[in-house]
Amino acid sequence: MLTKRIVPCLDIKNGRTVKGVNFVDLRDAGDPVVLAKQYADLGADELVFLDIAATLENRKTMHDMVLKVAEQVNIPFTVGGGISSVADVDDLLHCGADKVSINSSAVKRPELINELSDKFGSQCVVVAIDAKEVDGEWLVHLAGGTIPTELNLFDWAKEVEQRGAGEILFTSMNHDGTKAGFANKALAKLSDLVNIPIIASGGAGTIQHFVDTFKEGIADAALAASVFHFGEIPILELKEALQNKGIPVRL
Amino acid sequence: MKLSIVNYGAGNIKSIQFAFQRLGYDAILTDNPEEIIKSDKVIFPGVGEASSAMVKLKQSGLDQLIPTLKQPVLGICLGMQLMCSHSEEGDTTGLGIFDVNVKRFSNNVKVPQMGWNTISNLKSDLFKGIKEKEYMYLVHSYYAEQCKKSIATSDYELEYASALENDNFFGVQFHPEKSSKAGEQLLKNFLKL
Repeated sequence: MLTKRIVPCLDIKNGRTVKGVNFVDLRDAGDPVVLAKQYADLGADELVFLDIAATLENRKTMHDMVLKVAEQVNIPFTVGGGISSVADVDDLLHCGADKVSINSSAVKRPELINELSDKFGSQCVVVAIDAKEVDGEWLVHLAGGTIPTELNLFDWAKEVEQRGAGEILFTSMNHDGTKAGFANKALAKLSDLVNIPIIASGGAGTIQHFVDTFKEGIADAALAASVFHFGEIPILELKEALQNKGIPVRL
Repeated sequence: MKLSIVNYGAGNIKSIQFAFQRLGYDAILTDNPEEIIKSDKVIFPGVGEASSAMVKLKQSGLDQLIPTLKQPVLGICLGMQLMCSHSEEGDTTGLGIFDVNVKRFSNNVKVPQMGWNTISNLKSDLFKGIKEKEYMYLVHSYYAEQCKKSIATSDYELEYASALENDNFFGVQFHPEKSSKAGEQLLKNFLKL
């Protein structure tokens, strides 16, 4: 049976992890490669690296990091941040990334999704969508959730699927950082609407939140950062709890 | 040991090279028939779309070469699918090494299947030291039908062949290079064949 995936997300700036990471005795908790290996050993199913300060100058640094992760880590990983062209993706896949995640660049130029899935296959194209519920309507936001658009979340999700996205990473801006649970209603609606996997993001605070997002939100995967980085939720403990609730996980 | 990865422009093959490197082996990326023939072991990778991959193989003549190889050959993901008789993806004929057809999952399930699934009914030295229902990482929209050449099965919508064996040819639908310790064990086993 296909299992539900647990996906730690690492924010990267100039080749280093940002936000403190403090969950185990690590030689260098700022080194994404060391952390990635640790997460792979602890049972993470997949990893996401998000370049939060993606600029032309530090692109080389990001490529070096991706290369090192690919060299040393034996689980799949996605790279996102500042990707806006076929050439960008070509470079990252050549460095060994398994998937790339695009966000604002896809909203600005939706054809990019078609171009990437035609050239590299939809399996490596993740479209990340940041959305916020405003007066009962879910609107897509850009630039890390700061700039609102008039695009409806569900219309956009349908469109990215049709254009060839292989997966959707949905972050609810209403829930992100609250540690009060995932946006399960919107997630369930998304899952019902499209036929590609959905990664839930934003709001993880307790083990129960993961149970809920898999059961009520029908998410295929759940992404979180701080609850993993600070050891608030050990991955093994989380997976055992999920299994006890009848949710299929890799243990 | 001389280890070759067939390079015909098929996606992320660096990961496979790195996986062997972690096991202490240098694998070369090559499309040179002589290099491939001289190798002790051959990896036939593949990510992307079946019919266009077949076109690339034909352009380089690798479609003729691969079925004649005598050493152990391991097809991975699309590589395995291309070793089958026919694929629904782009309605293309395959290399015909495995007498089985490749079909698309229906829309009753999410497509692609993406993530970790179990492998069962293991019957090959390829799986030595790997337990029944071990987890492997898969990303695919098309599957090989259950058949006599099946050496592992997985369930997604239906039971399908997630690994195949015919003489010196092996194929796995999952990505051993991305399947943690179990995947490494499989690659080690392949090197020992």
